[in-house]
Amino acid sequence: MTVLRNKRLNSIADLDDMRKELLSLRRPSAKYVNVCTGPGCAAKGSPKLYELFCEAAQQADVDVEILPKAVGCHGLCEYGPIVLIQPGDIFYQRVEEPDVAEIFRETVLGGRLVERLLYENPDTGRKVETADKIPFYKVQKRIALAYNGLIDPTKITDYIAMGGYSALAKVLSSMTDEEVISEVETAGLRGRGGGGFPTARKWRSCKEAKGSPRYVICNGDEGDPGAFMDRAIMEGNPHSVIEGMLIGAYAIGSSDGYIYVRNEYPLSVERLKMAIEQAKELGLLGENILGSSFSFDIRINRGAGAFVCGESTALMASLQGRTGEPRAKYIHTVESGLWEKPTNLNNVETWANIPAIINEGGKSFASIGTEKSKGTKVFSLVGKVVNTGLVEVPMGITLRQIINEIGGGIAGGKRFKAVQTGGPSGGCIPEEHLDARVDFDELIKLGSMMGSGGMIVMDEDTCMVNVAKYFTNFLKEESCGKCTPCREGLSQMLYILDRITDGEGQAGDVERLEELAELLEGTALCALGKTAANPTMSTIRYFRDEYDAHIKDKRCPAKECRGLFHYEIDPEACKACGICMKNCPVDAITGEKNVPHVIDQKKCTLCGTCWEKCPFAAVLKV
Amino acid sequence: LTTDSGFNILVDLSRLRIKKVTQNMAQNDNILEQIVARYDGEVGMLIPMMQDIQSEYGYLPPDHLHSLAKLLGLPLSRLYAVATFYSSFRLAPKGAHDVTLCVGTVCYLKGSGAISEAICREFRVEPGGTTPDRLFTFQAVNCVGACAVAPVMIVDGKYYDGVTTASALEVISGLAKDRETVQKDGER
Repeated sequence: MTVLRNKRLNSIADLDDMRKELLSLRRPSAKYVNVCTGPGCAAKGSPKLYELFCEAAQQADVDVEILPKAVGCHGLCEYGPIVLIQPGDIFYQRVEEPDVAEIFRETVLGGRLVERLLYENPDTGRKVETADKIPFYKVQKRIALAYNGLIDPTKITDYIAMGGYSALAKVLSSMTDEEVISEVETAGLRGRGGGGFPTARKWRSCKEAKGSPRYVICNGDEGDPGAFMDRAIMEGNPHSVIEGMLIGAYAIGSSDGYIYVRNEYPLSVERLKMAIEQAKELGLLGENILGSSFSFDIRINRGAGAFVCGESTALMASLQGRTGEPRAKYIHTVESGLWEKPTNLNNVETWANIPAIINEGGKSFASIGTEKSKGTKVFSLVGKVVNTGLVEVPMGITLRQIINEIGGGIAGGKRFKAVQTGGPSGGCIPEEHLDARVDFDELIKLGSMMGSGGMIVMDEDTCMVNVAKYFTNFLKEESCGKCTPCREGLSQMLYILDRITDGEGQAGDVERLEELAELLEGTALCALGKTAANPTMSTIRYFRDEYDAHIKDKRCPAKECRGLFHYEIDPEACKACGICMKNCPVDAITGEKNVPHVIDQKKCTLCGTCWEKCPFAAVLKV
Repeated sequence: LTTDSGFNILVDLSRLRIKKVTQNMAQNDNILEQIVARYDGEVGMLIPMMQDIQSEYGYLPPDHLHSLAKLLGLPLSRLYAVATFYSSFRLAPKGAHDVTLCVGTVCYLKGSGAISEAICREFRVEPGGTTPDRLFTFQAVNCVGACAVAPVMIVDGKYYDGVTTASALEVISGLAKDRETVQKDGER
């Protein structure tokens, strides 16, 4: 493929020729080894696997072409590292370094399966060969993640060969700016960053706003803890974001773009930088793109570690080299945003959906989903489910389906308690509402929100008051401090929640929390503050009994809040091994050989060491 | 940033202003000017410039901030505001190693709060701070986006998934042992 390097594409015909040439270079006999290097698999050491496959391919003295590829997230992170072999789409899970040689010898060269590395369906106990037979993938529908896991994100040629930049070509050759916007309108696309604002309406307002230049921004400041959808897209298929931005910029009439990436995602920055350079080399970014009169360039800015910068006006302040403090939006950013110019900001996933909408048509996109929420949504399904990972589902699917069918239910045979959506601005949804559909408006009715797509599943061991405290603390730390309700209100809420989880809750505390919540919602300056009380309010709404247990009975039903439960040794289960005695830091445990041990409650500091160390689970939380 | 170090830096900065530090500036100017030129001296690119200074030195040395403010024609207070607003900026040198523990929701639910406490206790460090022996800088961050394999700890860029208190402490203790070996080898 070296022949194609540095060749500027001066027309749409050039792009088509390049694609044809790329495809013709692919030998039908070639074998591909796709090693997932997404966030989860990479954390489990998959980049090393990729290197080993590359070495093996180089050393193999065979006539066939063997192409190892480091690809983006496959989604089923729990079973990572994942390796896919083509042809055959053979899906290997939990691959470790010593397995590489065997996979190479047996499957790649020999065409035989390595049974032990196949996924086992927990319901049937049968091994399955390909991803489409795994229940986790069955109900999913991939649009934004369509090429994640198939292409090498570091090679623009891979993206182009799969049809990449054809949507851009279509727009430049046959669509007016207004036609692009109405196509997105037909699709019914709504902002994937959480707010759910209709994308086409935003574009049109920006296009019609007075002033120039106009700016286009991609918000990659994915700050919600428990969410990594945007990271997976930026790292797995960065060109889809760039292509989306190009199309948006064309529709709006902008020639300057920014991508603002979170500081904690160094690999996203690297991948996007590389993608932008490659696009520039080919003339897909820069002056006179594909020989047209349209010019557009993108700059990357790294965040510096402030959650509030995910808010659009704070992000723009940050891009201007200031502290990330939001402003009141009496005037929308589409009219006066970055440097007081019309600015259109969309989230990573929103941008990544655009090429597919242009290629397949808005109608096709709108055929998926509910009446007011169209298309698909990517979620990071994490917490206490069996199959943690990245999933893309059609809107309108129920939460129960996501958790049970895709997520495989609750891990460790525990009972489901709640699912938290929407990040720190969202809420906790209990079992009775699990049949609610994934839909922007429906989730808001339940006191939560779609958010950017974090979906954290909690089981019976999770204390809901503690969850509220966690998010309140998070937001208190991340509050920029500009407006009083948020700065002081959150501190007070945390103070009350702290007191409740310490067993010092007072009658009327819940009402005080509700009052503060109302104040925040009504008076805070930005969305961070306005929604900051959601975690507390939703847990009060659905788990009031847990608050009451903490306040009135000084008891934590989930046995998580230290001081609101104690440890006892079950004499039946105790094998009198002495391990807890040895490990107790305050010598609160007594006992002898063959005599069940006992904890002296007066001495016990509730540190939990005995509970962690007991090999027979004889230490109980009571 | 702890209030203490922030305050000290302010004092340092005002001293520098009086002394009009000239010695260090000669060397700094070169690197600083390169960094400023990289962004065409655009005030809007202040944060990237400061990020570049930090990646060069591991922190934001006060005299560099002073020079940068001059070069850009900005009040020093503006740079100080930015440096203290964003959590990734450091006004004091960091340790030999970087230990980052994720305390995002999922990691927290799976026990990273307790791990953080244990690290702080064992190595006498605070989140955001550096150990007294400068062995490592400890950061407890909100989500590194690897929730599927929580809890996650990152040591010098290497990810450790599914860590426990014991395994986290073991990894960090390994850093200390490595240093001892290096020092011993040096003595020989």
